[in-house]
Amino acid sequence: MNMPFYVAPEQVMKDRADYARKGIARGRSLVGFRFDNGVAICAENTSSTLRKVSEIYDRIAFAGVGKYNEFDQLRIAGVRHADMKGYSFSREDVDARSLANQYAQSLGQIFTHEMKPMEVEILVAEIGHAADGSGDQLFHILYDGTVIDEDMSVVLGGETEAIAERLGTFEQPPTLADGLRQAVVALGGPERALTADALEVAVLERGDHRRTFRRLDDPEITELLA
Amino acid sequence: MNLPLFSVQDDPGPDFNRLLASRGDAPSPIDGALDPHDYRHGTTCVAIRFADGVLLAGDRRATTGNLISHRTLEKVFPADRHSGVAIAGAAGPAIEMVKLFQLQLEHYEKVEGTALSLEGKANQLSQMIRGNLPMAMQGMVVVPIFAGFDLSRGEGRLYEFDITGGRYEEADHASTGSGSVHAGTVVKLGYRQGMDTAAVTDLAIEALFEAADEDSATGGPDPIRGIYPIVATITAGGYTRISDDDLAARTQTLIARRQGN
Repeated sequence: MNMPFYVAPEQVMKDRADYARKGIARGRSLVGFRFDNGVAICAENTSSTLRKVSEIYDRIAFAGVGKYNEFDQLRIAGVRHADMKGYSFSREDVDARSLANQYAQSLGQIFTHEMKPMEVEILVAEIGHAADGSGDQLFHILYDGTVIDEDMSVVLGGETEAIAERLGTFEQPPTLADGLRQAVVALGGPERALTADALEVAVLERGDHRRTFRRLDDPEITELLA
Repeated sequence: MNLPLFSVQDDPGPDFNRLLASRGDAPSPIDGALDPHDYRHGTTCVAIRFADGVLLAGDRRATTGNLISHRTLEKVFPADRHSGVAIAGAAGPAIEMVKLFQLQLEHYEKVEGTALSLEGKANQLSQMIRGNLPMAMQGMVVVPIFAGFDLSRGEGRLYEFDITGGRYEEADHASTGSGSVHAGTVVKLGYRQGMDTAAVTDLAIEALFEAADEDSATGGPDPIRGIYPIVATITAGGYTRISDDDLAARTQTLIARRQGN
């Protein structure tokens, strides 16, 4: 009779985490930050059809790095969760904190119980109603279900430490143009200058519209970076 | 409410109704016939094509049997950025249908990353009306008009429906509800090709004014309470509701003209 080898739980978790981290590091990174009129997400993405940044609800956006099919599955689940909650209750009852918790539960469950952890890191961003941006939130959720409530900016993907160092810290939410320039420099590093066609940028912007999510097209990105 | 994750086989796709059904949350149909005196009815709406797109207008009255049960009912709604829907019939199921329809369009757009075509939207509404047929047989009839700006063709288009979900595209104008005969006649007589926003708004106000004059279930303008019809235009720029101040001024002009001034 074959006896299974004993593997310490610490080792199992470590192996899984390493596996997930390696998968995430293979993809390109993204930066999310608060600016004076909302939240912006800037991703390095050469495809204009396979999106990393998307709309979840009126004031909530989603961004993912890592394995496309896995974070896209999470994105759709988020849209479904938000739309069903808004249908059952009211549009104003849909919030990012509850959605981030749901993501954390699912990712945590998959990390410990499934054969393979999800090779993703996701960002759930929300803008509040206060004009000074005090209600804006950035929830960073890791492959194992860890949730981090980020303050001003967040980096997802590989080489996060180097990118975060180049990005620096914002004392006050910058203007969209300033923040975006800094994010693009941070993503590109010393050797590369990223241009609009290699970037995917979307914002949640305070204004009169119910749906605050908006994608920036290439000419607009170029203009902001100029 | 947990995160709705599905296996590949069970995935409901971009269809919000299927999503609700798969979670057991679909609204249950009402069994047994109801007396029309027990629920509210909404009445007259018109849609008119004009130079920049299409206009939707509806009066504000809801009736329960022979009583006026609501004076500020909204019967014209945006369906999404470039389309709108106007409803007549049993108010409860109609408003629920609009809510589901709006969600369906937005849900599709978010899941798929692109909006449905105008034809696709009209077809969705058709299926929802068809789904309401068992309730329509018990008297709870919902008959909307759907209108929108077709971005691929660059023009306004409008659709009428019947209770079986039958969908009929109209070239220039459409009307629905108890006052639709009167309102429709006014529109038919006053309609010209390529009207501008001002002219088409005046025509819609006049149509609803005449319908209210002849049909007890259609509400006329109410300057005492400041209640005017809901009028909205849908153009390349999207859905825009015309302000009450503008409508009040136009109504005054119409009344002055009737008085012979």
